[in-house]
Amino acid sequence: MITTLLYSLTGMVLFGMGLFTLIVHSHPLRKILAVNVMATGVFLILVATAYIPFGKGAIDPVPHAMVLTGIVVSVSVTALALILACRLQETSNLDLRAKTKQSSNTKESGT
Amino acid sequence: MIFFTTETPAWIVAPVVLPLIAGLFCFLFSHRTFSIALIAALLNFLAVCFLTRQLILFGPMHCHMGGWQPPLGITLRTDGPAVLMLLMTAVTGLGITLYARGYFSHRMVTPVRSDRHRQQQRYFWPLWMLLLAGLNGLFLSNDIFNLYVTLEIVGISAASLAALSGKPASLLASFRYLLVSLLGSLTYLLGVVFLYRSCGVLDLDLVQNLAGDGVEVRAALALLSVGLMLKTALVPLHFWLPPAHANALAPISVILSALVVKGSFYLLFRFWFEVFASIVTSSALNFMGTLGAIAILWGAIQAIRQHRLKLMVAYSTISQLGYLFIAFPLARVAGNAQLWSIVIFMALAHAFAKSAMFMAAGSVYLHLGHDRIKDISGVRSSLPITVFAYGIAGVSLMGLPPSGAFIAKWMLLSSSLASAQWWWALVVMSGSLLAMIYVFRVMSRFFVIPAGLPPDTTEPLSPLMEWPSLVLALISLFLGLLAPWPLLILAEGSTSLAQVFPGGMP
Amino acid sequence: MNPGQFLLTAILLSSFIPGIIIFSLPEEQHRLRTILNLCGSIIKISLVLVMDAAIYYGYIFEIRIPLIPGVDFLLNADPLSALFATLSSVLWLLTTVYAVGYLEGSPNRSHFFGYFSLCVTVTIGIALAGNLVTFLLFYEMLTLTTYPLVIHRGTEKSLRAGRNYLIYAFSGGAVFLFGVVWLQAVVGPVDFSATGFSPSYLDSHGTVLILIFALLIIGVGVKAALVPLHGWLPQAMVAPAPVSALLHAVAVVKAGAFGIVRIVLDVYGAQNLLLLGCLPLLTAVASITILYGSVRALQQDNLKRRLAFSTISQVSYIALGVSLIDQPLAVIGGLVHLVHQGLMKITLFFCAGNLAETLGIHRISEMHGVARRMPLTMTAFTIGALGMIGIPPTVGFISKWYLGLGGLAGGNWWVLAILVVSSFLNALYFLPILSRAWFGKQERPWPEELYIGRFETRLMLLVPPLVTAFTVMAAGLVANAQISPLTWVRFIVREYGL
Repeated sequence: MITTLLYSLTGMVLFGMGLFTLIVHSHPLRKILAVNVMATGVFLILVATAYIPFGKGAIDPVPHAMVLTGIVVSVSVTALALILACRLQETSNLDLRAKTKQSSNTKESGT
Repeated sequence: MIFFTTETPAWIVAPVVLPLIAGLFCFLFSHRTFSIALIAALLNFLAVCFLTRQLILFGPMHCHMGGWQPPLGITLRTDGPAVLMLLMTAVTGLGITLYARGYFSHRMVTPVRSDRHRQQQRYFWPLWMLLLAGLNGLFLSNDIFNLYVTLEIVGISAASLAALSGKPASLLASFRYLLVSLLGSLTYLLGVVFLYRSCGVLDLDLVQNLAGDGVEVRAALALLSVGLMLKTALVPLHFWLPPAHANALAPISVILSALVVKGSFYLLFRFWFEVFASIVTSSALNFMGTLGAIAILWGAIQAIRQHRLKLMVAYSTISQLGYLFIAFPLARVAGNAQLWSIVIFMALAHAFAKSAMFMAAGSVYLHLGHDRIKDISGVRSSLPITVFAYGIAGVSLMGLPPSGAFIAKWMLLSSSLASAQWWWALVVMSGSLLAMIYVFRVMSRFFVIPAGLPPDTTEPLSPLMEWPSLVLALISLFLGLLAPWPLLILAEGSTSLAQVFPGGMP
Repeated sequence: MNPGQFLLTAILLSSFIPGIIIFSLPEEQHRLRTILNLCGSIIKISLVLVMDAAIYYGYIFEIRIPLIPGVDFLLNADPLSALFATLSSVLWLLTTVYAVGYLEGSPNRSHFFGYFSLCVTVTIGIALAGNLVTFLLFYEMLTLTTYPLVIHRGTEKSLRAGRNYLIYAFSGGAVFLFGVVWLQAVVGPVDFSATGFSPSYLDSHGTVLILIFALLIIGVGVKAALVPLHGWLPQAMVAPAPVSALLHAVAVVKAGAFGIVRIVLDVYGAQNLLLLGCLPLLTAVASITILYGSVRALQQDNLKRRLAFSTISQVSYIALGVSLIDQPLAVIGGLVHLVHQGLMKITLFFCAGNLAETLGIHRISEMHGVARRMPLTMTAFTIGALGMIGIPPTVGFISKWYLGLGGLAGGNWWVLAILVVSSFLNALYFLPILSRAWFGKQERPWPEELYIGRFETRLMLLVPPLVTAFTVMAAGLVANAQISPLTWVRFIVREYGL
């Protein structure tokens, strides 16, 4: 029981850290990493849920299936996000925040 | 063929599988993409019609994928709301497919950068088909984790579509869109985890039976809701929507605004009023209603303040989404059946009207090369059908009779007055008046007769870009007169609804 | 579908289909467009006349399409509908002829006539509406179809007028919708009927029902231009003359007045309103509007603006008449004014349009001696103006006569006083125009002489005002004949059992 709790709490902490970084930091790469950390947190909780102490019965396979699916999704999303980030970097070398300012200025003149 | 009679539930998979296969084909054969997509959209429409008929004849259907029963297997099921959302997607989808064809072929003839346009078109069709499959899956799925997967499919394809124009503003907007959508799905997934810990099942029907009102279930519902609200762009989580929707290519704006936001809302509504109906408290409902009211007013005021047509239409989406949430606090008086009909009428009317409006805005943009509201005069004589479509769509957004939105607003008003919560009625009315201002601010510019004849250098638009928008606008306008049919489908789709309208439907 | 339902549908479609076809016609096809318009309106008039006859002999017309529980789309022709429908369809024909002549050679005509036809379809829809929801549907549609007509010229000034019109009209529509929903929440679905809803709600919901009555009257009062909801009307006169004629005489203002009549007679019913005792409020508002409109009209130099304020004043006679509901004579006076005011006002607007189109005259100060240049137009104008003042044998006299009799019969001397004062004011603002036009001497050349030809102006502009002016006289002279607006209104009032 305590093991599950420990892992779950760690997972929650990871989720929180990821969320914090996602909101606070502006660099695209950091944001992508932050989302990945969040995903890892969720997966950790899921795996911990499946844990059943030795000899108390079979391990629940459903969370594992979910984690596997989740990882696949997370990998593909990360790939997409990286491509977008690269394109963004190519079109201008400014970081996100400067970009935001510019876009709000150009809003009126159209794109 | 014993397995495939009209009564077999296995037909349910068609709306998911057809676009998926079409998407694959579009990806593999880059020459016939439009034909493949059009055939898929048509077949999808027919399949949905068939499902509707099946629902009316035999009631709700459950299909256990691969023969695996819940709790292990995944179930797809049809019921009234699901089928209506499928219909909405299928009809709008057909319109979008045709419009996109016109859009891309128009852009192909402009010599500048036609390579890039060809490439955009190449990516558009498979992604659009994938998104269609994801959305249909979302409406049909009865498994909370499978819903996560469909949400991700929709989110990924929507974000990639939003990035297609390749301009910095749209890249930035879609990057943000992707992150928000991911944040939403992860929050949702965390909710799923919590739920699984407390019930140990993923099938929605089982969850409904097993979920008590423990802390964990409440936390799960909160997480699920926050994730979905983020994806639905409910104020104050709406910040990502206007740039993403306004900077995308025209057909893609239509997809995002008319369909994608409805998917996550549909789930949210299902969770609140079916799966977790027993633990939802009045204060939570009032909270959602308040957010909805703020969304209606804030979105409309922002829409009035915009200088660009597409941004205005995007903010109008935020405002219109608010109406969906304002139905929440009326749950106690209205009952689930009426609530579903309010939400369905609102969603359907908005989907049709907003797609017509974004199509019109896209056509104007393509025709003039810009969409600055103050400079769009004179379009009336060059694009009469588009202007007409814009007007009719606007009327429908304002909720004037006989539009579908009018039916929804009528029910909203009557249940809020019946429960003496007249302030919701006031919000609804002022929302309509604000909508009038932003719709006609543009409309009146269309009517200005410009000094001197406009330079007639622009290519005339293909009829494929004008007519789908008019047809969708008309559907939205006359939805109110067709109201008995959606109500019939709703009533057939669930036993609880039949009790609310005793003695048969009108 | 029974013959009655077929007839109602045909009446609506006879202008709707030409409208849709006209939209799709290219701009140059003006001959085909004119033929479509005229055929449509002649067919409509014949169908409406058939309907009138059938109604007189007691045939019941009804189309009911249930939408959601408690909300039906209901078309239902009763004698009152017939009155309004006949008025609209006859005046539509004349206005169409006039508009064809008026807009010759101006741009965007296919749009104009398209919306024009839709507008009349909607007006007939208002006439035939059988419950508040259907009425609301057509009422909002009326705003939408008239808006493009108001801003037809596409100038900044007309856009501003159009914006104000929209804001007023849709706010009114919103208030009206609120009232309708609330009423339905209190008394359940209400179809128009001669007795109104059941009086059993009066005890439990008296105050609420008065409040709802106020909301409904405000909702339609915007279009009927009751003071203080009249602000849009004088501005809307920037529209082309046929549109002003339509707005003032047939469609918009009349729809508002007709709405008031419906709410008073058919939704609440005479009995309920007398028990609730909220009619004096309507009487007061109507009286104030009558006097205010006349006083404001005095101050205007722009001819169309003066006519607009005169409309504000005159339309309230209708409200005044039905608000004295315990006096059948007053009700007759109010209802018959629905037709009479339409005839007179459309004549005046046609004439104002002729002056503007032929000689470029927009102001009263430019009208010196104009009757010598345009005698026929000014004759028509004179008949219309005398009618407005209420001089026999014009129709205006008939309306005022019955209103006055009704007021006296109920012991309301002040009604007579209002009529006298208002007639006096009418004379004050119309007689100087007449004397200037007939006896004045032309001092300056006409501002802009646009037409020189065989007649004083184009024939298509000349005939409609002459026809309406003739009707103003004729309907007054034969008011007691078998077929006249007055006889029909008596028939209506008998049907209501007042």
